[in-house]
Amino acid sequence: MSLYRDEGVVLRTHKLGEADRIVTILTRRTGKVRAVAKGVRRTTSRFGARLEPFTHVDVQFHTGRTLDVVTQAETLRPYGERLAADYPRYTAGSAMLETADKLTVAEKEPALRHFLLLVGGLRALTDGEHEPRLVLDAYFLRSLAVAGYAPALETCARCSAEPVRAFAIVAGGVVCGDCRPAGASVPAAETVALMLALLRGDWASADASQARHRTECSGLVAAYLQWHLEHGIRSLRHVERV
Amino acid sequence: MYEGVVQNLIDELGLLPGVGPKSAQRIAFHLLAADPADVKRLAHALLEVKDKVRFCRVCGNVASEEDCRICRDARRDLHVICVVEEPKDVVAIEKTREFRGRYHVLGGAISPIDGVGPDDLRIRELMTRLADGQVTELIIATDPNLEGEATATYLARLVKPMGVRVTRLASGLPVGGDLEYADEVTLGRAFEGRRLLDV
Ligand SMILES: [Zn+2]
Ligand SMILES: [Zn+2]
Repeated sequence: MSLYRDEGVVLRTHKLGEADRIVTILTRRTGKVRAVAKGVRRTTSRFGARLEPFTHVDVQFHTGRTLDVVTQAETLRPYGERLAADYPRYTAGSAMLETADKLTVAEKEPALRHFLLLVGGLRALTDGEHEPRLVLDAYFLRSLAVAGYAPALETCARCSAEPVRAFAIVAGGVVCGDCRPAGASVPAAETVALMLALLRGDWASADASQARHRTECSGLVAAYLQWHLEHGIRSLRHVERV
Repeated sequence: MYEGVVQNLIDELGLLPGVGPKSAQRIAFHLLAADPADVKRLAHALLEVKDKVRFCRVCGNVASEEDCRICRDARRDLHVICVVEEPKDVVAIEKTREFRGRYHVLGGAISPIDGVGPDDLRIRELMTRLADGQVTELIIATDPNLEGEATATYLARLVKPMGVRVTRLASGLPVGGDLEYADEVTLGRAFEGRRLLDV
């Protein structure tokens, strides 16, 4: 019998049997863990809402033969409560959880940067200081960067030349006139600047951006993300703009 | 692995919710040992349920005719609709005897991560029911968990401009659970103490 303890964010849950759930938690030290939470669907469960998606929990696991078992859970931050009361933020948050789940492919492989990024993203989403879709796009760009897929946004993705003319997903970001493949889109310079601001965390510039550049930015980021993630992000089509 | 037909049965049973490979095997061998008449009755019940039971065209609850028993009952209050996720939630609420209105079964809750959005649920049908202005209160009794709460938020925002009073079952139901597991007393109290949903 071996117990271990960690903190993490509940990414998703699946019903198991009569009243149990399998919970997927992205933890700080252990990486992604799938574990059984027994009796959690009964309204008398001692776990209550602590093992609902979005909750940042301090959790104790018991190592099992196939799946680990959650033996204790204490809420650190109940992000889900705030998100469930605000539909656009709920949909943006759902897309974050799904992305974190898909970018951390292997279980129990430490993924500290993904964990920190997710906690930061959920905090920004619940703080309500920035438009939820901007927070989501910043999260997408940075988690792609952590995964090694940061888009080139300043110099040509192929030859590093300047100035750049277009944005090509297949090339990995902005491209110069010579390297531009057929079918590359030509976004506004302000849109590319917004993407760069989101990637760097320059919120003053991002918050000052115009609606049409935000829309164009979201479109490019979404297409770029779907290209790099084999099965795509299902939640994305349900994300609402405020 | 067993002989073809036995393995087929185990595989089919294993597709049922909550039935793992071990239980599927146990049920299969129970059926093999059972009296042929008992098995015939079970098979008949399975076929009959697919043949005769359908979903109420008004509320989406299970029904044996075009409209379900509750929608056909003239004594039910036409001014109140209680929104639930699944037909089994209707059964749980009926047991409390607290509610005399009608129901609307959504067929699930909004869960983007599972690919379920508002268009995948019976929300358009609900809006059609509300359009004639007869309904004055909508009680949202989705599960007291994250997806249930988010669905309640979505519905409240959608319905608000129609001037319908939108209420949510009182939190006394511990969050995180499924509605069907709430005992009758707790569920009854949650109905009495329902609160106005303000969005
Ligand atoms: Zn170039
Ligand atoms: Zn009906």
